[in-house]
Amino acid sequence: MSSGVDVNLENIWIKFGDFVAVREANVNINGGDFFSFLGPSGCGKTTILRAVSGFLDPSEGRVLIGGNDMAGLGPNKRPTALIFQNLALFPLMKVWENITFSMEVKGATAGERRKRADELLDMIALSGQGDKFPSELSGGQKQRVAIARALCAEPDVLLLDEPLSALDLKLRQHMRSELREIQKRVGITFIYITHDQGEALTMSDSVAVMRAGIIDQIGDGHAVYDQPATPFVASFVGENNVFRGKVTAVNGDEATIASNRSGELVSKITPAAVGKLNVGDDAMMFVRPEMLQMGEGDAKSTISAKVINEEFEGNTYSIYLEGEGGKQIKMAMPNLGNDPHKAKGDMMSFNYNANNAVVMPAGDLASE
Amino acid sequence: MKSNILFGRIALGVYFIIFFGYLIGPLVVMGFTAFNSAAFPSITPWQCFTYEWFGELLKDERILNGIKNSFIVGIGTVILSVSIGLAASLVLTQVWAKWRSTFYTIIIAPILIPGVVLGISTLVFWRQVSDMFGGVALLNNGIFLTIIGQSTFIASYCMLVFVARLQRFDTGLTEAALDLGATHTQAFRKVLLPFMRPAIASAAVLAFLASFENYNTTTFTFGSYPTLTIELSQMVRYGINPSISALAVIIVVITVFGALALEVYGRRKKVKAGEIKKSKSLPGWMFGNIATILLVALSFAVIAMVFTSQSYSPQQCKADYREARDIETRLKIEALQAARAAANAANGDTTEEAGTDAPAEQGGASGAFGGVFAPTNLEDAAGQSDGEDSGAAAPASPFGGVFAPTNLEGSAGQSSGEATPSAPATAFGGVFDPTNLEESSGTSGN
Repeated sequence: MSSGVDVNLENIWIKFGDFVAVREANVNINGGDFFSFLGPSGCGKTTILRAVSGFLDPSEGRVLIGGNDMAGLGPNKRPTALIFQNLALFPLMKVWENITFSMEVKGATAGERRKRADELLDMIALSGQGDKFPSELSGGQKQRVAIARALCAEPDVLLLDEPLSALDLKLRQHMRSELREIQKRVGITFIYITHDQGEALTMSDSVAVMRAGIIDQIGDGHAVYDQPATPFVASFVGENNVFRGKVTAVNGDEATIASNRSGELVSKITPAAVGKLNVGDDAMMFVRPEMLQMGEGDAKSTISAKVINEEFEGNTYSIYLEGEGGKQIKMAMPNLGNDPHKAKGDMMSFNYNANNAVVMPAGDLASE
Repeated sequence: MKSNILFGRIALGVYFIIFFGYLIGPLVVMGFTAFNSAAFPSITPWQCFTYEWFGELLKDERILNGIKNSFIVGIGTVILSVSIGLAASLVLTQVWAKWRSTFYTIIIAPILIPGVVLGISTLVFWRQVSDMFGGVALLNNGIFLTIIGQSTFIASYCMLVFVARLQRFDTGLTEAALDLGATHTQAFRKVLLPFMRPAIASAAVLAFLASFENYNTTTFTFGSYPTLTIELSQMVRYGINPSISALAVIIVVITVFGALALEVYGRRKKVKAGEIKKSKSLPGWMFGNIATILLVALSFAVIAMVFTSQSYSPQQCKADYREARDIETRLKIEALQAARAAANAANGDTTEEAGTDAPAEQGGASGAFGGVFAPTNLEDAAGQSDGEDSGAAAPASPFGGVFAPTNLEGSAGQSSGEATPSAPATAFGGVFDPTNLEESSGTSGN
C-alpha cells in the first residue's frame, strides 16, 4: 500500500450559479491522517469531497494532493478513491469483479484479479464470498466490499461520503472501529464526511466543522468539543447549555457575563475568542450537561433551578431543569448506582467549574 | 344483493367473451381458413382439411422475396433505431438536462406525424440529397430508404424504452467506475451498457416488429424491394388465396411461441430467485407454470402437424367433394331442364323470349360456353365452379378458348363476362347463337 500523502485545499470557493456552496476553504490534511468533515446536511461537505475526487472543479482555489495541483484532472486520473454514500456497488458484477474493477479497466487478467480479490476478501473477512452478487450480501458486508473495492485501486487518499449512514446503530459502531483499524493498517489518508459528531470524534485525527459552506473550526476532537471556536460548533458538536448575556468583565482568558435569566456567570474565554471579547459585547456561554453538578459553588458559577424531569439512559441520567424565567437546562449524571432523583419541582442549586465552561461572542446556533 | 352480484358476474363474463372474441376471433377464423381447401379464404362451406396452402406459400416467389426484404429491412432498422434511440436517451437523461423538454418534444414528434408523411418526406428528401451528389444509387435504393424512413419514428419508440430504463439507473455507478480509473468509454461499456441490456433487447424486438408490420411509410420508399406487407397488399388487390392465411398462422404460432418461451424463462428465473414457489402438482422442470404447459402443447401440435402433413393427403376428400358437387349440379340441371320442358309445353312458341332473358339474368349462360360444365370438365376445375371468380381465375381451356386474347379484339366490351344477348356472336365462337339455347338455356353454374 502506498503511504499517505498530504491533501491541501487552498482558498477553495465553489459556486453553483449565485449559490456559494463552499466559501474560502483552507484545509491542510497531513498524510496518513484520518480527517473528518463534520456538519449538518447541506453545509457543503460533500461538495468539498467531490472537488477533491475530481467530479467538480472549484470555482476558485487549488486542490493539491501530494503537492500536485489537481486542476484539470478527472476523477479517473486522481490518486483518490471514493466510497459513496449508497456504496454504488455494481449490481450486475459479482463481488470479486466489483472489488477488482479498477484492475479490470487497466487490463489485468482474470487470474491476477481473482488473486487480488481473494487477498482483499481475506482482509475484510469475507473469504469465499467472492462469487456472490452484491444483492446477496448484508449491509455491513456490502460496506466492506465497497472499502475493498476502493482499496484495490491503491489510492493515496481514500474519500468516504457518509458510508455508515445507512447502517443500523450496532453495525455502525462496529464499522467505526473497523474503518479506523483498516486506516491504521493501510496507512493512507482518509477523508471522511459525516453529520454524526460521534463518528467524527471517535475516528478522526482532525475534524473540520462546517456550517453553510464555511469551515468554522479545524482541530482534533478535544479542541472541537472542549474549545469550540463559534457558538455553532459549541451547539452542533455534542450537547450544550447556552446562556446569553452581556460581558461585564474580562480578566485575561476569563470573562464574566450578566446572563439574561441566571445572574452573573464566569467562565473561560474560548481560545479562538481570546482578546476579541470586550465589556458590553453580546456573548454566549456554554456549559456541557456533564459539567454541571448538584450543590452550591462559587457565587458566579451557581445556577438555581428546579427539576422538571429525569430520564434514565443506562450509563447516565439526563435531568431536565428549569431555571429562573423558564430557562431550560440539561444536566447529565453518571449512573453510579444511586438514584439522584429528587422530588420534582424543588428549587435547587447547581454549579460548574469555570474552567469547564466557555464564553464567546454571540452568534448562530446549530438548529436542531 | 346476491342476485346483483350474480348479474354482475354474468355481465362481466359476457363482456369478456365479447372482448376476447373481438380480439382473437378474426385470428381464429383466419387460422381455420388456412386449412380449408376452398380456393378463397373461407370456413363455410368447409370443403376439405388440407395443408396445401402451406406448400403453396413456400412456392410463392413474391411472398418469399417479400419476407426476405422484410427481414433485411427489419435488421437494418433494429440496428439504426436502437443506436439512435440509445444515444438520444443518453443525451436526454444525462447530458442536456436543461434542454430536456425541448429535446424530448423534437425526438417524440415522429411518433405523432402520420407514417404517410414520413414516407413521402423520406423519399423526397433523399432524392434531393442523391441529386445533390449527382445521383448516388445507394440513396435511391429501396432498402436504404425504407430503413431510413422507418427508423425516423421507430427510433423514437426505442428511445422511450431506454429512457424508462435509464431513469432507474444510479449515475453514482458511472461515477464510481470513473473514480476507480475507468475511462468514460469503459464506464459506458462495463457499467451502463450491461444495465441497459434488457432494455436493448426489448427495444430491438419492438423495432423489428414495428418494421416488419409497417406499411404506410414503406409504401413510399420500397422502390424495387417490396416488403412482405407491400406484397400482401398487392396480392389482395388481384385476388387472394388461403396461402396468406397459412402465412398468418405461421406468424401467429411463432409469436405465441416466443411469448410463451419468454414467460417460461421469466418464471424460471423468479422460481430460482425464490420469489415465487413451484406448484407442487406439476413436474419440477415445468416450474409450476401454465405457460410451460401451453408451450409444450403448442410444440407438440406443431410437430404433429409437420408429421401428418408428410403422410396426410386430402385427395380422396377432394374427389369426394367434387363428386358431391357434380351430383348436385347434375340434379340442378335436370330440375331446370324439367322445369323448362314444362314451361315450353305450356307456352309453346315463346322460345325466343326465354332465350334472350335467361343468359342476362344468370350472369352468363354457362351451358353455352362450349359445354364447359359437362361433368368430365369439372374434375379438373371443380374449385372454379362457384361462378363468382370463374370468369377471372378459371383456366381458359374448359371455356373453349373464349377468353383467348385474340377473341377480345372483336368484342372488348364483353370481356367482363356479363354476356349480353346482343353481342356479336362471332367472337364467342357462336356460343350465343339463339339456337344453342334451345338445348340448355337455364343451366348456369350455380
